[in-house]
Amino acid sequence: MTNDIRDVPSPQVKSARHHPSLVWLVPALAVLVGLSMLIHAWFAKGPVITISFQAATGLEAGKTAVKYKDVVIGNVTAIALSSDNTRVLATVELQKSAAGFAREDSRFWVVRPRIGAGGVSGVETVLSGSYIGVDAGKSTNLKQDFVGLETPPSVVSDTPGKSFLLHTEDLGSLEIGSPVYYRHINVGQVAAYHLDDDGKGVMVQVFIQAPNDRFVTANTRFWNASGVDLSFGSDGLKLNTQSLATIVAGGIAFANPPGGADTAASGQTRFVLAHDEQTAMADPDGEPIVMRLRFDQSLRGLAVGAPVEFLGKDVGRVTAIDVDYDAATQSFPVIVDVVVFSRRLPLVENKVRSTTGDVPIQFQGFMRGLVARGLRAQPRPGNLLTGQLYIALDFIPHARPASFDVSGQPWIMPTVRADFSRLQEQVASIVDKLDHVPFDAIGQHLDADLVTLDKTLRQAGQTLDQVNTQVLPELHGTLQDTRSTLGNFNGVLAPDAQLPQNINQTMLELQRSARSLRTLTDMLGRHPESLVRGRAADSAEAGAPKKEKSTP
Amino acid sequence: MKQIPRADELGLLACHACSLVVERATAPMHCPRCHTRLHGRRPASVQRSAAFLLAALVLYIPANLLPVMFTSRLGSGEASTILTGVIEFWHAGAWDIALIIFTASVAVPCSKFLVLGLLLVSAGTHSRWAQVERARLYRFVELIGYWSMLDVLVVAIVAALVQFHALSYVEPRVGILFFGMVVIFTMLSAMSFDPRLIWDTQDHDK
Repeated sequence: MTNDIRDVPSPQVKSARHHPSLVWLVPALAVLVGLSMLIHAWFAKGPVITISFQAATGLEAGKTAVKYKDVVIGNVTAIALSSDNTRVLATVELQKSAAGFAREDSRFWVVRPRIGAGGVSGVETVLSGSYIGVDAGKSTNLKQDFVGLETPPSVVSDTPGKSFLLHTEDLGSLEIGSPVYYRHINVGQVAAYHLDDDGKGVMVQVFIQAPNDRFVTANTRFWNASGVDLSFGSDGLKLNTQSLATIVAGGIAFANPPGGADTAASGQTRFVLAHDEQTAMADPDGEPIVMRLRFDQSLRGLAVGAPVEFLGKDVGRVTAIDVDYDAATQSFPVIVDVVVFSRRLPLVENKVRSTTGDVPIQFQGFMRGLVARGLRAQPRPGNLLTGQLYIALDFIPHARPASFDVSGQPWIMPTVRADFSRLQEQVASIVDKLDHVPFDAIGQHLDADLVTLDKTLRQAGQTLDQVNTQVLPELHGTLQDTRSTLGNFNGVLAPDAQLPQNINQTMLELQRSARSLRTLTDMLGRHPESLVRGRAADSAEAGAPKKEKSTP
Repeated sequence: MKQIPRADELGLLACHACSLVVERATAPMHCPRCHTRLHGRRPASVQRSAAFLLAALVLYIPANLLPVMFTSRLGSGEASTILTGVIEFWHAGAWDIALIIFTASVAVPCSKFLVLGLLLVSAGTHSRWAQVERARLYRFVELIGYWSMLDVLVVAIVAALVQFHALSYVEPRVGILFFGMVVIFTMLSAMSFDPRLIWDTQDHDK
């Protein structure tokens, strides 16, 4: 056995090739890969932000994504209540590339199905579940804690277009998202609104999408187009509305008055939001001229806002009505403040106004001249039915001389008493005529007539009584008699009654008689001599003579 | 045991390829018949096995931390790691499936790490402790080696079958790649280990 072993061949021995074991590269590579992944994950980790919402409806930790333009940029990692339990804090881990979304003015909201006046949104989330939408801000300051919006913003920040500020006294039925129309085309929407700092107005921010924002010029007029504008004028019934949506959700319309500049207004320009199209499109009134009027009579029917008319043209309105006390005369004059816009008489203004000099001073001189020629303010009834008054500026012939008092502010315009005389005369004449109507005589006549009528009616009643008590019983008896007569008649006609039987017998007799007569005539035909000789004893005709004998 | 001589003790070794028995030499040897490289034990067996085991251990970390599968159902997607999958199945009441996944993806790899580590340490110190049991353990590791591929296959099949676009779809994620590499490296580690080392105690080395 050992010999066998010794016989085994010896191996070929080659030069030693010693090299370090490459196998250790494998775990080294694994560690490298792991480390690189770790480092990658570390660097890919974006900022962690906290968004607070009123409720966590539809949010789920670990599942709910944060999406921008439908691209996932982060995930909700945890949902917790705030320390005072009033809000829900969603912890969101943003991706590294989305770190730019953690800006101060970024807005976050939960996208879930919604149905509103403006339409339906977020339908795709019915199946896929809600997600958090984000609108990237532009601020350079980064932030970690955000307050989420409860409703999606109507305008996202990178939409091309411009924002404009509209100032109005009252928001009306406008809402965030209410449409803005230009020539009945939806070109934008209400983005935000807030009260003025002093609370005396509302600033509405509207967003007009490009390219239609270029139609907003410095001259553009905005008005509230909410609801339905129904007017009844001399040209018939007029119904005006922008679209069905504005009736529900409100809306704003704008237009450019003809002849204005057509350079586009820059963003954030302030405009006035008028209540209706008419107001908005009216020419600007310019600087108002404030004047004060004193009247020594009751001005029932004059309201603040009532028009001031010059020769029938609306030039201003009443701004205040007050009652003063004059101790010297112990009277209560009514003080009426009015504003007058000279712009409303452009032709006049162009001729009166000179290019130089202070406008109020010019106006003073002009007015003084007019007052000297008899221009006075006078309350007049504008509507006979409702008794509304307006202030007329008119030339009153033979007015007592007065002057235009410009010593104080506001200027005092001389007035004349209201001219109600004509109306009063008419009313008085109507009353007079009414007086002349002989109500007494009419009444007496009527009384007598009524008495006569009463008598007539009573007589008629008596007649009817007679008919009732006398005629009707008689009629009853007559009817009974008639009925018995008819019964008798019936008895006579009955088949077993005497009369028909008699008639029957008579008829039979008559029949027999007729037969006898025929026999007689036959015999006489054959034996005419028998009339003279008498009947022959003929055995063959023995029957006939017998009959003949019996008939006569 | 001493009575039966080992090839090592007799200064002999056999060619792996053609089983030619040759005399043992110190330098790198080649079979005189088929020129295969000859060695008494697999060269650097413990080193290689340890290196592969280490690589598998390192890769096992991302395999468990990273998601292995992305499931999208009606638009809402969710990525799950191995352990979250096990927990989800367990909570859903499918404890049998949870158990299978847990066994295939946690119990088997972990036991492999432990057994191979034990074998390597004991082989490195030429320990004489429980040699028969260790040999049995080695066979066990060899046997269960590829069963951990079950996870990889499940993900592959599900990802291939569940493709209903908007309704539902399943995509593999990078975690399963790491897991597959863990399985491969543990298998390589087990293959690199020379079970004869279990019997190479200090006495024999002399």
